[in-house]
Amino acid sequence: MKELKIQKAEDRLIIKNGRVIDPANKRDEATDIVIKDGVIESIEKSDNAKSGAQVIDATGLIITPGFFDMHVHFREPGREDEETIETGSLAAAAGGFTGVACMPNTTPVVENQGIVQLVKSRQTAYCGIYPVGAVTKGLECQELAEMGDMFHAGAVAVSDDGKPVTNSNLMRRALDYCRMFDIPVISHCEDLFLSADGAMNEGALATKLGLRGIPNVAESSMAYRDAQLAALTGGRLHIAHVSCAETVEVVRQAKRRGIKITAETCPHYFILTEDAVKGYSEMTRVNPPLRGQADVQAILEGLEDGTIDCIVTDHAPHSHEEKEVEFDQAPTGMIGLETSLGLCWTHLVETGVLTPSQLVEKMSLNPRNILKIGNGSAVGSGAGLTTGGKIEIGKIADLTVFDPQSKWTVDPEEFFSKSRNTPFKGFELTGKTVMTVLNGNIIR
Amino acid sequence: MKWSKKDLLDLESLNKEEISMILDTARSFREILDRPVKKVPILRGKTVVNMFFEPSTRTSASFDMAAKRLMADTVNISPKTSAVQKGETLLDTARNLEAMKIDLVVIRHSSSGAPHFLASRIKAGVINAGDGQHAHPTQGLLDMFTIREKRGKLEGLNVLIVGDVTHSRVARSDIHGLLKMGAKVSVCGPSTLIPMGIQDLGVKVYYDLDQALAEADVVNVLRLQLERQKKGLLPSLREYSQLFCITGERLKKTKPGITVMHPGPMNRGVEIEPAVADGASSVILDQVTNGVAVRMAVLYLLTGGEGSVSEAIKKEA
Ligand SMILES: [Zn+2]
Repeated sequence: MKELKIQKAEDRLIIKNGRVIDPANKRDEATDIVIKDGVIESIEKSDNAKSGAQVIDATGLIITPGFFDMHVHFREPGREDEETIETGSLAAAAGGFTGVACMPNTTPVVENQGIVQLVKSRQTAYCGIYPVGAVTKGLECQELAEMGDMFHAGAVAVSDDGKPVTNSNLMRRALDYCRMFDIPVISHCEDLFLSADGAMNEGALATKLGLRGIPNVAESSMAYRDAQLAALTGGRLHIAHVSCAETVEVVRQAKRRGIKITAETCPHYFILTEDAVKGYSEMTRVNPPLRGQADVQAILEGLEDGTIDCIVTDHAPHSHEEKEVEFDQAPTGMIGLETSLGLCWTHLVETGVLTPSQLVEKMSLNPRNILKIGNGSAVGSGAGLTTGGKIEIGKIADLTVFDPQSKWTVDPEEFFSKSRNTPFKGFELTGKTVMTVLNGNIIR
Repeated sequence: MKWSKKDLLDLESLNKEEISMILDTARSFREILDRPVKKVPILRGKTVVNMFFEPSTRTSASFDMAAKRLMADTVNISPKTSAVQKGETLLDTARNLEAMKIDLVVIRHSSSGAPHFLASRIKAGVINAGDGQHAHPTQGLLDMFTIREKRGKLEGLNVLIVGDVTHSRVARSDIHGLLKMGAKVSVCGPSTLIPMGIQDLGVKVYYDLDQALAEADVVNVLRLQLERQKKGLLPSLREYSQLFCITGERLKKTKPGITVMHPGPMNRGVEIEPAVADGASSVILDQVTNGVAVRMAVLYLLTGGEGSVSEAIKKEA
C-alpha cells in the first residue's frame, strides 16, 4: 500500500536545480529555492553549505506554485463512504494539488456559516480545503442562502453546482449580492428542460445507442443568460466545467465586452469525445456530457487563447455499487485529482497546445486569483489577502514538484481517493507528481 | 458456418452471414410450427430465464413459447415478482443468475445497454428482448423473416418505417438488419420524432407520408406512445393521425402489393386504420407467428445448435 508522508518543515530546506516555472513573475529557469521556517527565503543558485540545510536534488524536475483545483466534490458531510475530506485531500496531494475548493452539494448542503465552519474544521495537513457555499438554500432555487455569513466564515465562492440556478431573477440577485464580498458566483449551466432525461451528448451516436441526448445549447444558452446577468449587475461570474464550443464562444465574447467572467474546463472535455460512451461504459457518464470532436477542438482553442482560465477536475467520487448499473441510471461524474497533471501534460503540453507556463497559470495562478486565495492552507481565504499561485520571497512555500518525463499507466487501484470511477484506467501518461510542499512541509 | 457469438444484443454487431443463418434456421422451425405436434426436444436440459423488467405480453409470451417448443426449462421473472422491486440491482441479479448455472437469459429493460451490461458479467448467453430505445434484435429478425417470406427477398426492396422513430428500438434494429441484407430503408414521421443523425445510419428521411409511400414496397408502422403529445413532441393525436396514419386511401396511391407491417400493439385509428391492419396487405399476424420461429432459431443457435435442424431433431428423438 502506498503512503503519503509529511515531513515537517526543517530549519532550512534547499530544493536544488529544479526548473522553476512561476508565470506571475515570468520565471522559467533552473535555479534553487531556499525555504526557511516554511517561508521562501531565496530563489537563486545557493550554497549547499548553508547552516543545517536539508538538500533535495530536483534536477530534471519542474517546480511550480502549488496546483489549485477550484472544483471538487469531497462528499463530506453525508457520503463519507465515497470520499472524505481526508481521503480527498490525500488524492489531491498525490496529484500535486495544494488546495481545493469543495462544492456545496453535500448532505447537508453547505448553506450556512455552521456548515462552512464544519468543512473548514476538517482541514487536513495534506491540502488546503476551501468551502464553496450554496447560492440558494438547500440548492432548491427558492431563496438565497446566507452568502455574506458564509463568506465571513471562509467560503471562497458560491454555487449551486450539480444544478443550475434556474430562476433567472435569483441568479441576478446572487450576482448582485456577491459584489459586496467580491466573490464569484460559479454557474453550473444547464437548461433542465433541454437536458431532461438526457444521458449523453445529443447526436448520431446517441441515436445509435438509443440514449437520450443533451444538446450543447442546454449549456450555452444558460451561459449566455448568466453573462448577460453579470453585465447587468457587475457581479463576478465563473462558468463551471465548459464542455462545448458554443459556451467557449459565449465566454470569449463576454470577455471582449468587459464582462467579469471566467471559465473552467476539465481534462475529460478536451481529451475524450462522446465516442468513449460506446459500449455503455458507465465511467464516461458525466454532466455535462462528453461532446463531439468539434467541441474538443473549440475547448483546446479556448484554453490556448485564454478564454478558459482554469483547468479543474470536477472530481466526483462515486461508489462502485452506485456506478456499476445501467448507463442511464448511473450517477454522473468521475474522479480526477490523481490523473489531472498527467492528462494535462500529455494532452496539452506535449501536444503544444499550452506552454508549461500557461498550464501552470490554469492549474495554479488563475484559480487562486479568481478565488483570492493565498499560498499555503494556513493563510486562509477571503478578500484583502494577497493572492497566491506565485513563488516569491517572503511567501509561504506552497509548491508542486513533478517529473515531466515520468511515464506511467493509470491504475485506479493505486489511487488515494476512496472511489475508483475513472474512464482513464490504462491510459499511458507522461508527467507525474513527485512531491508537494504545503506550508513548507514536504508531502510525498 | 458455425454460430460463434455468446449473445444476441443487437443487429448492428451481426454480419450478413449471421443474419442469414438465423433466418434460414428460423425457416425450419417455422415448418415445425405447422405440424400437429409442435414440440421438438432440442433444448432439453437447458434453462432459459425470461427477465422482463418492462411489461410486455407479446414478446415475453413469444420467447416463452419458443423455449417450450424446444423443451427447455423456462423461468419467467417479471419486475413485480423479482427482487428488483426490493432494490436489487441489475448486478446482483446477474450474480444470482450466474450462480444458478442457467444457459440463456432473455432480458427486456428500459435502459439502453442493460443487456450489454449483463452480457459482460455472466457466462450464460444473453438475448436482448428490447432495451430502452436502442435495439430489439429478434423483432428486427422476425420483420426481415416476414418480409422475405412475403416478397421472396430482402435485397433491393424499399422498406419504409413510419412514426416515432426516435423512441423506437424496433426501428433501429430494422434499419441495421435490413441495410445489411441489402434493402433500402427510409423513415417518415413528424420531425420531432425523427432522431438527430439518423441519416448517418444510411436511411432516407421523409416528413411527407404520401411522398415516402410512393417508393415503398413494405411499410412498417410503429406504435405511437400516446404520452408523446403531453411531452410536447406533438400538438395532438388528431393531427398526428391526419399526417401519419396509414389509411386505405393512402395505400391506393402506392405501388401495388405493398406489404403492411406493425410490431404491435396497435393504436387503431391513430397510426393505422383498422381496415388496413386487418386487410389483405397486412402481415401483422404472420409477424406474430414468425416471431416464435425466429426466437426458436435464436435459442437454438445460442445454445450451440449447428447443422440442419431436422438432423438435430432426429438425433434428440
Ligand atoms: Zn456541475
